[in-house]
Amino acid sequence: MKVTFPHMGNLYIPLRALFENLGLTVIVPPKSSKRTLTLGTRNSPEFACLPLKVNVGNFIEAFELGADAVVMAGGVGPCRFGYYGEVEREILEDLGYNFEMFIIEPPQGRFREVLHELGRLVGRVTASQVIHAVRIAWEKLSSVEALERLAAKVRARELQKGSVTKALAQALKDIDKAETLGEIRTARLDGLSTISGVPQREDYTPLRVGIVGEIYVVLEPFVNLDVERELGEMGVEVERSIYLGDWIGLHVIKDMLRFGRGSLKRVKRLASPYLQHFVGGHGIESVGHSVEYARKGFDGVVHLAPFTCMPEIVAESILPRVSKDLDIPIMSLIFDEHSADTGVVTRLEAFVDLISRRRSRLGNLGKDTGDVSYAGLYRR
Amino acid sequence: MGVTVGVPRALLYYLYYPMWHTFFEELGAGVVVSKATNKRILDLGVKATVDEACLPVKVFHGHVLDLAEDGDVDFIFIPRIVSTERRAYICPKFMGLPDMVRNNIRPLPPILDTCIDLSKGDAGYWRAIFDLGRQLGARPSRVRKAYNLAVSRLKEFDRALEAGRLPDEAMHSMGLETGIVTGTGTRGAGAGSPAPQNGLPQDSLLRGGRAEAEAAAGGDGDGLSIAVLGHPYNTYDNYISMSIIPRLRDMGVRVVTAEMIPEEITEAASQRLRKRLFWTLGRRLLGAALHFIENGGIDGCLYVSSFGCGPDSLVGELIERRVKREGAFPFMMVTIDEQTGEAGVVTRLEAFVDMIRRGRAV
Ligand code: SF4
Ligand code: SF4
Repeated sequence: MKVTFPHMGNLYIPLRALFENLGLTVIVPPKSSKRTLTLGTRNSPEFACLPLKVNVGNFIEAFELGADAVVMAGGVGPCRFGYYGEVEREILEDLGYNFEMFIIEPPQGRFREVLHELGRLVGRVTASQVIHAVRIAWEKLSSVEALERLAAKVRARELQKGSVTKALAQALKDIDKAETLGEIRTARLDGLSTISGVPQREDYTPLRVGIVGEIYVVLEPFVNLDVERELGEMGVEVERSIYLGDWIGLHVIKDMLRFGRGSLKRVKRLASPYLQHFVGGHGIESVGHSVEYARKGFDGVVHLAPFTCMPEIVAESILPRVSKDLDIPIMSLIFDEHSADTGVVTRLEAFVDLISRRRSRLGNLGKDTGDVSYAGLYRR
Repeated sequence: MGVTVGVPRALLYYLYYPMWHTFFEELGAGVVVSKATNKRILDLGVKATVDEACLPVKVFHGHVLDLAEDGDVDFIFIPRIVSTERRAYICPKFMGLPDMVRNNIRPLPPILDTCIDLSKGDAGYWRAIFDLGRQLGARPSRVRKAYNLAVSRLKEFDRALEAGRLPDEAMHSMGLETGIVTGTGTRGAGAGSPAPQNGLPQDSLLRGGRAEAEAAAGGDGDGLSIAVLGHPYNTYDNYISMSIIPRLRDMGVRVVTAEMIPEEITEAASQRLRKRLFWTLGRRLLGAALHFIENGGIDGCLYVSSFGCGPDSLVGELIERRVKREGAFPFMMVTIDEQTGEAGVVTRLEAFVDMIRRGRAV
């Protein structure tokens, strides 16, 4: 059995480690590309949201490389993701592929089914093997994200365009190759020091932009046309509201163990003047984090959503009000299979232009002038 | 007390209005329903919402504005209907509906809002109902009575739908005058002439049992039956759907909708899915389709879907794949948004019916 899974940003690094350490043969799909998207779009429902289409493309390309088993996450609604696996299975079966599908449903109080599905996937493994695999995967995940976080900060100050991106790519490769916990830690430290050692502009205070939105577009540079890098290379320091490590910690682990969900509560409270209920996906987080970025004095927020994404349409309807009330420019970018790099870059440039003029104006007048002339930039 | 509650004629109106009406009236409130969807309402809704919103959500905003403009309502009823059963939802957009309206439309009359969420069981349900009553100044004992009556009216309504009536017909027969007769309101210029009800006198349409309802529903033609599936606020809003149902009836077709199939049947059929579908309305639609695939009884199936609708994009796909795999019956998907032209839909509809008729003649 050769196992594959869909891409989402750099998630393949910890996932590969997890499955290999459980004794499986893994086929990572080729990096998502135009071809992936074309294959996925051609074979998916026209109005399915973009992540499903790219998933389907990933699976087909992995099958071409010999994969014959798919691992996918499940869900309990209300948004479409929870039913992706079922629909994807039907699409691939109708295309005539022979494969096994493993859908890991979130435990609803009972672990039995999850363990059963996992058991079907990995066969007999010892508890210590499982613990080891999870530790390695977790270490890789947190290293990947520590590197990404640092890169998003330093990139805004790099003297030579592209040097941070290059250093990051090398560091990620090293993490992917590392096999033991020790090797991972070394790769992480080396990566962090190479990135921070990149020649940087002195006394430059970059603009700060927060990125909010649907998890898949936020994490997948192929789909969001590399917004994070584009903004960084325009000299903007970017903070993402979603890191998978946080997210897993919050939703999976704490949910399972029924911990208090402190940070989710905080986001909900921040969102509550505008949105008072969970709406699936990351809709309420998009609103809550935008409020938070405004309070922290960020210069702007970029909101990313796949076309037709239900939770984010709710958020998109509400963000103009947040923008106006809290005087922070917010721009929604909607992605589908036709989104083109040039369009997005032009809009990002215009946005950065606007926030930098706003910054110098606010700077000249002192803080918090309540100047509304630049407030509430919002375009569709 | 004399307060008046405005109810937007959109979204879940088509499934729950008799209940809401009874509840508010029993609490002594007057109830006003917005006008039938028309061009103005659609335009108002489109202007108030983001482009990406689906047509039904846009239309809902239009109805809210219609009520707000009229000025004689004290409240507009916009409940947050998260879930009407365990482990299932309607749609994420319903979960954020009052918030979307509040942020999109200002100023606005007070919203009568309560949160209905049965996804994790019915704890809190009564509190939500009492809370609603309290906003109208009613005491719990009175609220409980009103609610029970409202539920029995809803059951009556559901039975009327199962007997083959459309929501407007059923409401009419229950004496709920909502100011609409089936078949009005097309999207073209000069819209508004009621479609003839197959030459049957109005009251035979609105009285009597199943046989009569079926006759009224077009059973006097050559016995052609077509299922029209879709979210009720699409299939039954003749402005949104371009009067697909009355048009089919005019062509002598008997129309069947998911609401006409008893819920136990659709529920049982939907259990053939590997994984239970967590959208209540979607599961009903899929169940109806699976029921038809298995038991026949229809000659073709139309699926009316909103452009960009999340649930439709997957539910419609699953239905289409299954129908095709089994070669069960002709299937057509009609996707609608605010730009859809009526002429195109009518042409496709006629071609679809012709094709089925020709197929049967062979
Ligand atoms: S969050 Fe949005 S994009 Fe993701 S599955 Fe749900 S609807 Fe689709
Ligand atoms: S179910 Fe579809 S049509 Fe209805 S509100 Fe949700 S997205 Fe819109």
